Amino acid sequence: MAPAPVPSLVLVSGPEEILVDRAITSTLAEARAAGAEVIRLDAATYEAGALLMHASPSLFGGSKCLVVRDLHEASDELQLDLLALLADPAPDVSLVVTHGGGMKGKKVLDTMKRLGAHTVECPAIKTDRDKSDFVMKEFSSARRKITGEGVRALVEAVGKDVRELASASSQLIADTEGVVDDAVVDVYHGGKVEATGFRVADATVAGQQGEALRLLRHAIATGVDPVPIVAVLAAQLRQLIKVGSAGRGSSAQLARSLGMAPWQVDKARRSIGHWSAEGLAVAVQAVAAADFEVKGGGRDPVYAVERAILTITRARGAR
Amino acid sequence: MSVWRDVIGQEPTIETLSRAVVDDAAMTHAWLFTGPPGSGRSVAARAFAAALQCPQGGCGECHECRTALDGSHADVKVVATEGLSIKVEDTRALVQESAMRPSVGRWRVIIVEDADRLTERAADALLKALEEPTPRTVWMLCAPSLEDVIITIRSRSRHVRLRTPPVEAVAELLQRRDGIDAPMALYAARAAQSHVGLARRLARDEGARIRRRDVIAMATKIIGVGDAIGAAADLAQIADEESTASSAERDAAEKARLLETLGADPTARTQPPHVRAQVASLEKEQKTRATRHARDMIDRSLVDLTSVYRDALVLRLGSDVALVNPDAMDKVRALSGVLTAEQLLGAMDAINEARDRINANVPPLLALEAMALQLRLPRDLGF
Ligand SMILES: [Zn+2]
Repeated sequence: MAPAPVPSLVLVSGPEEILVDRAITSTLAEARAAGAEVIRLDAATYEAGALLMHASPSLFGGSKCLVVRDLHEASDELQLDLLALLADPAPDVSLVVTHGGGMKGKKVLDTMKRLGAHTVECPAIKTDRDKSDFVMKEFSSARRKITGEGVRALVEAVGKDVRELASASSQLIADTEGVVDDAVVDVYHGGKVEATGFRVADATVAGQQGEALRLLRHAIATGVDPVPIVAVLAAQLRQLIKVGSAGRGSSAQLARSLGMAPWQVDKARRSIGHWSAEGLAVAVQAVAAADFEVKGGGRDPVYAVERAILTITRARGAR
Repeated sequence: MSVWRDVIGQEPTIETLSRAVVDDAAMTHAWLFTGPPGSGRSVAARAFAAALQCPQGGCGECHECRTALDGSHADVKVVATEGLSIKVEDTRALVQESAMRPSVGRWRVIIVEDADRLTERAADALLKALEEPTPRTVWMLCAPSLEDVIITIRSRSRHVRLRTPPVEAVAELLQRRDGIDAPMALYAARAAQSHVGLARRLARDEGARIRRRDVIAMATKIIGVGDAIGAAADLAQIADEESTASSAERDAAEKARLLETLGADPTARTQPPHVRAQVASLEKEQKTRATRHARDMIDRSLVDLTSVYRDALVLRLGSDVALVNPDAMDKVRALSGVLTAEQLLGAMDAINEARDRINANVPPLLALEAMALQLRLPRDLGF
């Protein structure tokens, strides 16, 4: 099979580095497969004229692929050279440009779009909703299935860092068979600090005092720092209040407007009925006080978290 | 004209310092300037340095005066840190420098703007210089309060306490020095509670005024728990915006200054590797500072927020004290109508508690949420 032709203009647009890297890797693989010589130009150290020099035909013929990363940090010289090249494209030269966002380099960006550049969007993966979508895409493009609970467990366990989320996803895809659910994710990532924190928080918000305390003690005994546990507790209460005061609407709508993942909305909706506004207020105060003590304001950080758990589980039923 | 012109509302201090300039018996080798943020500690120290260098004791006009005031005098060294602490290596270098005789001036002056940020070891290194003073060398240390300075240093320096300058004096300074018109200068001085730097920023930057107004408005809008959580998020964001807006300028200026000291051409496309490395480390430092700065901004917003409750309390108790927010009278009045004196004090306590917690590294959003929940009003005030 003949290699697919490389589009002569490729625009990789957006700040999410892992997506940018992937777009570049796949484009360059295509270019190399088509026999093109790949030339990388660094926006930060660009010397005027270099682009046009590389774009001129080489003595030995053959096609070239010029890669300019970080147009959003490009000097005026580089931008002018890019515009010149775009105005007078060289034969057998393809151009790949990445732009992380912002106003700088906008003119080049617009020109490329107008010339019909093949655009790859790399939007930031920030909220839990973005992360859930990302995981689902990772699985579906590998033709694999992951349950909603599985996505939730994975995002909770390793969602802090998108790269880690990506590598955890590909590990699960490679190492397992069939549908991936939360139990499978737990086998791989259940020992993570975050996962422990979530279990403690889940039990606390659900009012399971004994279970929450048991999980906390177990976590502390295995060397888990109480700080992230408190952070997770705070985040869950925050979501509960947001969802509780957001009113009606589908989970998807709410998720979008609150920057949460739909499963988080559903989870909060299941719990909210057990809580009064006053109870939630008491709970948040308890977490803030515990965080202060954990950060050195109190003598015994573990006791501080235990006390918060007691206060919160009691506040749950209170009307 | 005099070198003391911009040292406002500090008559007793000026008297002490002026006497030291002319009377050897009133002079000493180490001074400690304390005063609330924005009261002009470093302005006072610079003015003192200028007066010491000036042949006429601080005319404010001559070359000595001007260079000492703007920080370019060869024998006046101003140490300002944006970092979290002043390190022992930096202090050792200063101590060495302090042992030298003045090169052109009458005194060698070393002004340490944030003596409260001396690490313990750095303070020890400094102590040596204070214990064995070099003739013609003067140390001027600045800190918010005596408690912020290690006791051994405190006991070896003469203390000068600046007070919060009167609102009118700050307004007058803004008019005279910065060309700001009278009503705006008065508003800004009042709203900034006499913090000179902040007042200037408020007077000049409409964005800062809007952000302040938004913070003030918050006090009358929190009714349910959802409002409280939303207000906390807004507050964190307002501080974030304010921090970004004010640091962008400074970051760029610092980079320019660094390039200048390295002798690099700031317009050059490509910098040589050693310059690039230094620029990269500066940028990293600026980033850590931004986090700290955002926290400072939240603290400032909380001071602003406290002022509304304080005004409401003043109104409620009928005390004869000037209000900080006469421009937000409707809100102040509404609050004093709906909350008892005790509840107003409770609100102020809640805000202070949040400030303490943020200082202790509690995530700002969580501390603000706990605070805002305590600021919930018994009913909608219609704002
Ligand atoms: Zn003079």
